[in-house]
Amino acid sequence: MTRNFKLSDIDCANCAAKIETKIKKIKGVQDATVVFFTKKVTITANEEDFDRIIPEAQKIVKKTEPDCELVVL
Amino acid sequence: MKFSKKQKREAIRIALSAVLLIAAVTVDKLLLPESDKLFSREWLFGLLCYLPAFAVAGGETLASAVSNIFRGQIFDENFLMSVAAVAAFVLGEFTEGVAVMLFSDVGELFESCATGNARGAIDSLAKLCPDKADVVRDGKIVTVPADEVAVGEIIEVGAGRRIAIDGVVEEGNASIDCSSLTGESLPVAVSVGDKVSSGTVNIDGRLRIRTTCTSGASAAAKIVETVEDAAAGKSKTEAFITKFAAWYTPAVCAAAVITAVAFPLILHQPFMTWVYRALSFLVVSCPCALVISVPLTFFGAVGGSAKKGILFKDNSKIELLANMKNVAFDKTGTLTKGVLSVDGIHVSSEDFDGKKLLEYAAAAEFSSLHPLASAITRAYGKTIDSTLLSDIHEIPGRGRSVVYNGKTVAAGNTKLLEDIGVRPEELSDVAGETAVHLAVDGRYVGSITFRDELKPTSAEAISSLEHMGVRTVMLSGDSQAVADRVAGELGISECKASLLPEDKLKELKNLISEGVTGFVGDGINDSPSLARADVGFAMGKNGADIAIDAADVVISSDDPIRVPDALRIARKTMRIAKENIVFAIAVKLISLALIGLGIVGMWMAVVADVGVSVVAILNASRMLSKDDKTLG
Repeated sequence: MTRNFKLSDIDCANCAAKIETKIKKIKGVQDATVVFFTKKVTITANEEDFDRIIPEAQKIVKKTEPDCELVVL
Repeated sequence: MKFSKKQKREAIRIALSAVLLIAAVTVDKLLLPESDKLFSREWLFGLLCYLPAFAVAGGETLASAVSNIFRGQIFDENFLMSVAAVAAFVLGEFTEGVAVMLFSDVGELFESCATGNARGAIDSLAKLCPDKADVVRDGKIVTVPADEVAVGEIIEVGAGRRIAIDGVVEEGNASIDCSSLTGESLPVAVSVGDKVSSGTVNIDGRLRIRTTCTSGASAAAKIVETVEDAAAGKSKTEAFITKFAAWYTPAVCAAAVITAVAFPLILHQPFMTWVYRALSFLVVSCPCALVISVPLTFFGAVGGSAKKGILFKDNSKIELLANMKNVAFDKTGTLTKGVLSVDGIHVSSEDFDGKKLLEYAAAAEFSSLHPLASAITRAYGKTIDSTLLSDIHEIPGRGRSVVYNGKTVAAGNTKLLEDIGVRPEELSDVAGETAVHLAVDGRYVGSITFRDELKPTSAEAISSLEHMGVRTVMLSGDSQAVADRVAGELGISECKASLLPEDKLKELKNLISEGVTGFVGDGINDSPSLARADVGFAMGKNGADIAIDAADVVISSDDPIRVPDALRIARKTMRIAKENIVFAIAVKLISLALIGLGIVGMWMAVVADVGVSVVAILNASRMLSKDDKTLG
């Protein structure tokens, strides 16, 4: 299944691209997109994996762009 | 353009740092003697002189570079900039050190403004969906959030207000401005029973509307969603840039290390010269201009075309569209209005004239729901006295028979007439045309022929496409005679008729094998072709939902002229994206070469690098501009 998230404060297009690449590498993530302009993040994975994936993704966002947070919609 | 608080703060910071830098340069040139020696007294004076400007411009970058290192992010842009700037300071190149920070701030400010602008374009689209609606409950009007209005409730929309939810007019008349939805500037008059879409503006009347869906499923909400989703599609061009960026920075850093270490050893030259050049490399290592300008161009194109009533569902389709070689059109409902109207009246009896024939036909078709019947009723223009009518019989697949004014009237196709004993050679010759034949008291009196009117812009759309070098083909399920006539009027180069949906698909596949092919259609039977085509265009207003779902581009006004418009936008988008890529990469490579040869210093490197970002962003922003001349 696919879930949507929002990035609270993303100013740098390259950072968005980096976040996307890293989230794609999380175990269990089938696909992920980060759209810089709409600040939208979509992650596709198995339902039961999300509890593990979300905190990992949040950590990645924090690490790449300290001002930015991944908000669960 | 509006500036956020953060942007204003940045601008002030840049200005302050620039003033401090100018002051430092003045003091430096007037008072301090030149000195190359590190950590000498002169060097220390210089440091004190330039430090305020440096701190103001680069403090934040330095701080985040340091904190990034602790979080394990070593090769990020902040870090590279900081290394270059701090090292320049150590080498006594104070102006360069400050310039690196100052100009990278200018570049970032520009990026942030361009991003804000692009996001503003989305927000202005989001305004299409009012978040509140005036709903009539128990005879009173209450204002509630639009998503709390149930399907089937009545909402009231006063003059000058935007309609919040799709529905049918229950009470009142008004002119509606649909321009934000379809790009059509002419207002549309609506009255009781007419459908209205959310996002349109009630110009003058007061309307009560029975909602037919929830606000989330309304037309305006769908547009916003489509545009947002489109941005998620990654074109090949964008994928190329992201890949390039991922390689570029590490490659430049590696080159810098090699430059700093290997060249002095090989060429037996002083280390300092090459370290300085290596540091200058770091300055041009940020790929930001490229990474932002390409998606900005595509995003601008999607947002800009949405305002013209052209909805791209996926921005990667823009790339395909720009290379479109062939475009196939469905006929009915796409190039024609899809509504039949009376074209000719052929009288075959001395007792009848055209007017009388039309009256009898209108009587025969009284209150029938058949499309031909409504065309006849519209052409007759008066109301039939229903007291003169009796014995109405519907004959499936044939037509109708009634008694009107004491006479038996039969109206229908040739089969019906043959059934009641009219010989085929008596029938008027209307081969290849849609016709209704008429017999009164068993005697043939004549026929009425129909045609589907062309949309007013169809011919122009075809000629623009041909002019742009795209081959146009019409694929129709209609008879060859009808299709040929329409093709002739439109100046369309090829026409294939009498096609079943699977035949259409076969013809389309042939075209696809010859090059990138678009398909424009509106009906349920077009949906396989819309899905199969490289770029499928669906008519969004009267088109079938399944066709809209299958398409890549939705034309909300149903106007075929939007096809060449979309092509123009796509070509312009690709041109701008390519310009940016070539220009940015070229400037970066030239800068690297000139720095390596020692022709330009860090100063020029910074100016060139930020210059590229600014030019690329401004170029990309052309796609966002509101008054796009390409669409007149």
